[in-house]
Parts: sequence; C-alpha cells; structure tokens
Amino acid sequence: MEKKILFKYIDDPNQINIATYIDHGGYKAWEKALRGMTPAQLIDEVKKSGLRGRGGAGFPAGLKWSFVPKDSPKPRYLICNADESEPGTCKDRVLLEHDPHAVIEGMAIAAYAIGSHLAFCYVRGEFAHPASVMERAIEEAYRKGMLGKNIFGTGYDLDMAVHTGGGAYICGEETALLNSLEGERGMSRIRPPFPAIEGLYSCPTVVNNVETLASVPPIINNGADWYASMGTEKSKGTKIFSLSGHVKRPGNYEVVLGTPLSFLVNDLGGGMLDGHKLKAVIPGGSSTPFLKPEQIDTPLDYESLAAAGSMLGSGGVIVIDDRTCMVWVIERLIHFYKHESCGKCTPCREGTGWLEQIISRIEQGEGKPGDLEKIDSICDNILGRTICPLGDAAVMPIQSALKLFRDEFQYHIDNKKCLVKSEFEFK
Amino acid sequence: MILNDTSIAEIKRRMAPYPRRKSAILPALTVAYRQVGHLSNEIYREISDIIEVPYIEVAEAASFYTMFPKEPVGKYLIQVCHNISCALLGADSLISYLEEKLNIKKGETTSDNLFTLVSVECLGSCASAPMMQINDSYYEFLTREKVDKILAELKQQA
Repeated sequence: MEKKILFKYIDDPNQINIATYIDHGGYKAWEKALRGMTPAQLIDEVKKSGLRGRGGAGFPAGLKWSFVPKDSPKPRYLICNADESEPGTCKDRVLLEHDPHAVIEGMAIAAYAIGSHLAFCYVRGEFAHPASVMERAIEEAYRKGMLGKNIFGTGYDLDMAVHTGGGAYICGEETALLNSLEGERGMSRIRPPFPAIEGLYSCPTVVNNVETLASVPPIINNGADWYASMGTEKSKGTKIFSLSGHVKRPGNYEVVLGTPLSFLVNDLGGGMLDGHKLKAVIPGGSSTPFLKPEQIDTPLDYESLAAAGSMLGSGGVIVIDDRTCMVWVIERLIHFYKHESCGKCTPCREGTGWLEQIISRIEQGEGKPGDLEKIDSICDNILGRTICPLGDAAVMPIQSALKLFRDEFQYHIDNKKCLVKSEFEFK
Repeated sequence: MILNDTSIAEIKRRMAPYPRRKSAILPALTVAYRQVGHLSNEIYREISDIIEVPYIEVAEAASFYTMFPKEPVGKYLIQVCHNISCALLGADSLISYLEEKLNIKKGETTSDNLFTLVSVECLGSCASAPMMQINDSYYEFLTREKVDKILAELKQQA
C-alpha cells in the first residue's frame, strides 16, 4: 500500500524553504538526537528500525555506522551518495529537489552518530538544479544554526558542502565515489579496508544513499519500533519506487515494503500503456534480473524479490510490454555498462565490450551459431571477478534474458531479424 | 585567460570545504564547463594554477568524465537520454526527429553554432521519459509539439 513518509510534503513547493520545513516538524529529530541521545543510542535506534541502504545493496544502515572505529584519532567523514545513475531509478533527485532539508537533517544525524564534523553531498554532475537547491538549503541551515559551530549550544560542530560529480555511473559505487571526491579518476578500490575504516583521505567514512539518509529523521522522531512495524520481517519501513516504461502513470511512488508489484504497476501506475500486454518487469534498476508477467504479484521487499530470482536494488521498476524485443533491451543495457565500466578490472573492461559487440551483432541480424554459448561463457567469466559490482550488474540482466527469453535471441540468429518488431515512436 | 573573474572566484569558493586541494578538481571543472561549454588543455592549466595541483592531475581526472565535452559545442548542447526507460518510450525516434528539425546528424553542430545534438546514458529522469537535457535544464515528457516549442524558444533567445 502507498504510505507517504518521505513524500509527506513532496508536493508542497515551499518545502524547500527551511521555515516551511520547520513548520512541518523539520529539524526536531536533529535537535532530539543532538541534545538527548548519544551516538551509540542513535546507532542502536537505526539498527533496531531495520533501515537498509536504499542505494541498491540493501546493507543495514545502523550496522554500517557501527563499523566506524570509536577510538580512531583521525577525522571521520559522512557522505551522502546523490550520484543517482542506475537506469530506471530517479527517486533521489525528487528528494533533493523538493525536500532538501530532509536530506540535510538525515546527513547531520548520521554525521553526529559516527562522530563526523564534515559531511559532503556528492551530487551527480548532470543534476545542476538539485545541486543548487541543496546548496541553497545548506546555506539556510547554516543561517538557522542547524549547521556550523556549537549547534543547539551543545558544543558540536558540523560543516556540510555539496560536491558535484562528472556524470560517471561508477561513482555511485562508494569506493569509486571516494576516489572521485579526492580528485582522482572514479575507479573502485579493493576492499578491505572498507570505507568505515579507511575511506575519504584514508579516514573512517560512511557513505549512505539520499533516500537512506532522508529516512533517518522520521525514525528518530517516531522511534525504531514505529518504523519496524511497517514492512516485512527483513524489509522494514517504506521505499520509493521509480516506475517507468510502458505504464499509463509513470512516477515515483512511496509504498510500504512488501506491497505487491501489481499494486504499484496497476493501481498506482494505472496499468499498461496503450492496452498492450505485460512482457517483463525489471524490479530494481537496470542491473537486476527480469520478472515475468506471472510474477506480477511478487511483494516488493528484499527477501521476496530474491526468492523470485531478482533483487530490490535501487527500486527502479521498469515495465516492458509485448511490443518490445528483448535483444534490443539487452543491447541497450550492455551498451550502458560497457560505456560506464571504469576500466580497472580486465574482465569488466574487456568483457562488457566483447558482450556489446556480440549482442549488437545479433540485434542487427548478423548473429552466428555459437554466439549464445559465447555470451554465456563471457558472463561466467565476469560474474564475481571484479573489484566492484559493476561487472555483476552488467551480467545479471543478460543472464536473466538468456534464461527467460533465449528463444528470442535464437530467433534473431536463425532468422536475422526480431521475433517482435519494436516500434516506439515518440509522439 | 579563458576563465573569467566570476569563475575564478567561484572555484576558490568551492575549494574552501576540502581538507585537500585536489578534491576541488571536479567542482573546478564543472565551473569551467558551465562558463565555456567545453574543457581544454588551457583550461586544465588555469585550474591547475588556481587550485595549486599539478596540471597532469587535472587533465587525468577530466579525461575520465564524459559529461564534460572536450571539444567546442554549440550554444545549446542537446543531450537526449537514450537509455532503457527513455528508449522504451521512443528516445530513438526523438533523436531522429531532432536530426530532422536541426538538419544535422547525432554528434554534429548546426552551421549557426547554435545546437549540438548528442545521445547520452541515463540522466535520472526515467519516470518522465522521453527526456533531454539542454545545457543545465531538463525537458521531460517530450512530445513533437513540445520539442518544436523548445527549439523555437531557444532560437528566439539566441
């Protein structure tokens, strides 16, 4: 079911102003945390809430915070990952543009919880408007005493700044983001050490997604039990899903985790566009395996989607109708991953390029016998053999398509044309 | 000097929060890109002087990020998202339509130097497909009628 917690005031154009945000109960959680809770209590509260990272990996947020060493003499850093780039996912931009103080408040609480006095919001380069909204909101927060020196008279200091990226998908991966923030090329780092131990400038660092951080103030205001009462056993609270593709009402919708996919697609999204039939759904952003029409009632939560053979990922739900050629879909996706591979790991750098060549050839009607077996082999040699998850992300939709729609690929090779004709005319 | 006083002041302002100067490379490149429309070796040298890091480190970082054009582009850089959500709703035909309207091919600039047309990967506007970015602005839920109006307005503004 739809439940607006993060989106409660998303349609109020004044929500970007600190006065309106405060009128709506904003910054109460920050004050409550800073005046009345220790960092350890905050971390416990977020742990108890069951909040998991909303950027894609789904790692428990409180647990991530707890990995920061308590006795490190080095500075600690909190980074908000606003490098939203996973195809199909466009929820963080909405939060940044329409409720920037919710993100700032979440960042402030997280920073205090890990003992950080400097936080960065890494915004993808193309998001010029969201970045400027965040910058203005940060200035407002300083003026209102929510950031800066001796916040609420507690003696706690916190500085915050926006850092703009350069439009590289890989920089959404937290270690590549750290390199990028340090002025290096955005290439992933080998882990361990994990960022919580050695992150930005080799100091303890926590990187959390925008939606994750925006979820923190309501948890602190209402308590972990309130948050944990929503959702399923392993998927607590609400989640914003970006619904795109062949639906009548695409958009960003916040639902309680565990809500059936069919409710999102049919009730909130208005069902299929132009009366066509559902062919496949990508449930968690372009890197996640496809679901078939008979899986349309799968609950949108981490465990149910895993059991259905896919992933919740970043919540980018892409709906594909029966006019669509799946070879064409995969060609489009592998082009993306080849383009965005940072090039550090050979299996990813070479493998994505090789996959793109073969899949493009098949799509153009020049496939050869043995091509599908070659694709299988290349995928096997990328999966699990790269430093960061981009290699896996490139491979998972291909393996899924070959499992579920292999006949379409074979038809392309045998008949030198599409089994279904893709006709997507912009009107 | 290519960078003007406003850009130099903006780069210096953006340097302030970082404990290490090198972190200012990307923000500085962004400022330069917004002023000039593309990056070049001369710009890298100027940034290197302003933020006091070696030229090669600026150039090395810049070469990684495809968002910044490395050659001059038209006054309006039209970037059409052709990734999956936009593609499902006709991004390819949107590109064809723009090619026809502007009388150029993808990757080219109009003879009056007004428009450059390129396709790009996901711009994070999937639920508003099809869409395009022109300079810093997003244009969403595009139709032929909307595109005609946008181009006419930009031509008028120029």
